[in-house]
Amino acid sequence: MQPLTHRSRVVVNKKMTFWERLYLPAVFKGMGVTLKHFFRTLFRGSNTVRYPEQQRPFAPIWRGWHVLKRDEEGRERCTACGLCAVACPAEAITMVAAERQPGEEHLYREEKYAAVYEINMLRCIFCGLCEEACPKEAIFLTDRIVPADYVRQNFIFGKDLLVEGVEPGQRIDVSKRQKHLTEKAIAHS
Amino acid sequence: MLLLFATSLLIEKAILVLVLFAITLGIAAYATLGERKVAAAMQDRLGPDRTGPFGILQPIADGVKFFMKEDFMPNSAERWLYILAPGAFMFVACMTSAVIPWGTELTLFGRPIALQVADLDIGILYILSFTSLGVYGVMVGGWASNNKYSLYSAIRASAQMISYELAMGLALIAVVMVSGTLSLREMAEQQAGLNWNVWYQPLGFFIFFICALAECNRAPFDMAECETELIGGYHTEYSSMKLGFFLFAEYINMFIACAVIATVYFGGYNFPGVDPSWLGGLMGPIVMFAKTFFFIFVFMWIRWTLPRFRYDQLMHLGWKSLVPLALVNMLLTGIGILLFDK
Repeated sequence: MQPLTHRSRVVVNKKMTFWERLYLPAVFKGMGVTLKHFFRTLFRGSNTVRYPEQQRPFAPIWRGWHVLKRDEEGRERCTACGLCAVACPAEAITMVAAERQPGEEHLYREEKYAAVYEINMLRCIFCGLCEEACPKEAIFLTDRIVPADYVRQNFIFGKDLLVEGVEPGQRIDVSKRQKHLTEKAIAHS
Repeated sequence: MLLLFATSLLIEKAILVLVLFAITLGIAAYATLGERKVAAAMQDRLGPDRTGPFGILQPIADGVKFFMKEDFMPNSAERWLYILAPGAFMFVACMTSAVIPWGTELTLFGRPIALQVADLDIGILYILSFTSLGVYGVMVGGWASNNKYSLYSAIRASAQMISYELAMGLALIAVVMVSGTLSLREMAEQQAGLNWNVWYQPLGFFIFFICALAECNRAPFDMAECETELIGGYHTEYSSMKLGFFLFAEYINMFIACAVIATVYFGGYNFPGVDPSWLGGLMGPIVMFAKTFFFIFVFMWIRWTLPRFRYDQLMHLGWKSLVPLALVNMLLTGIGILLFDK
């Protein structure tokens, strides 16, 4: 029979030679390997990342917890057009649109805004199609990990968990992600 | 006068026993940390480092954990044997260190104090007999748990220990032939400088070392704790500090086995260029402990290198290789003594 892969090997159950049956050469060889690792770790340290104190930077392609951005003046960018919900293959996004009232110009950038904006994090597959669909640069996937929870209801993230804060310290930096998306768009065009 | 002497001797020995007990427990506790650190380094990891600097409080945290855990006993267990087994195992493990000479003499308050709890004429026989008693802890524990895996494990462990004791005893006989004494103190004194028994008994040392690994239930001979086949081995049904006792006693056994290897084959408290009476007699114990720690490291090194032997391979090795080898070693030693000594 012709082998389907080049990985197949014929098993040989040959008798061990006297040298092999002594076990000792193999034992000492193995002990040499572990000792080498022992001293390497001792003198050069290990590659362990001490997690809570020391965190690895995420790659720009990492897609985690979404953020709804505000503009420079602190107004919500989202205009509740619903393109993200349409683009979403998992149908995780829902929203209720509302009209901006006079006097709310400092809160919402456009005349229409999302009164309710919910993402079901259990449905979300973190594909990033919502940020590609968004014409207002309002939604981005960030390098924050969605935390675990015991209750399904708590995975439906509303605006309180999605919209970034107004203060400069509460803003969420998406410049790396934006740069990556631009490069990707250029590469595909 | 005689009464005063006897009382002071008694107090002296009692203090020595207490100190030795504390040191043994301390070393066994820190051997668990050492084991994890060595394992980590050999696998390019860090090991425990959250409890105190470099994780030095880890053994204490482990001990507290063992005490706080629920002490569960299976309904169908043999109640008294179940409780007795870990205690017996621990007791036997602690007893063995009594005949090991840790140094020559320590001068305290103008009195010379021998650094050995009991200088028995038959020190080696004492050690052999107590290591063979150790199997009772395992056997009784496995039996009393009323669990088939525990029982399998106990049977394996006892078969293994009995088989390897044979080769161990035969290897020791060759040492006794060379040194002409059964007392560990005399044996250590004979090995002054670099006149160590291992140069006369390389094969015997090798056999003894393998048997010591098997006697301590250490990898690659940790048949009794074969997780994949026997869940956890003879202590499957044990929890809380009873389990802690079993695990702890194994580390004490390892420490004692390493001390015996150092005493019998590697000159005990002797080292060339170092007089054991330096520092008021403290140099002896320092050298002795350095050797012991080295062998503990070798034990760990082996554990984190070699996979476990299969049960039949283990028995083959014990009966078909080590016992004949030990007999040949005895024969060669006899010939050597006839040719060179007289």
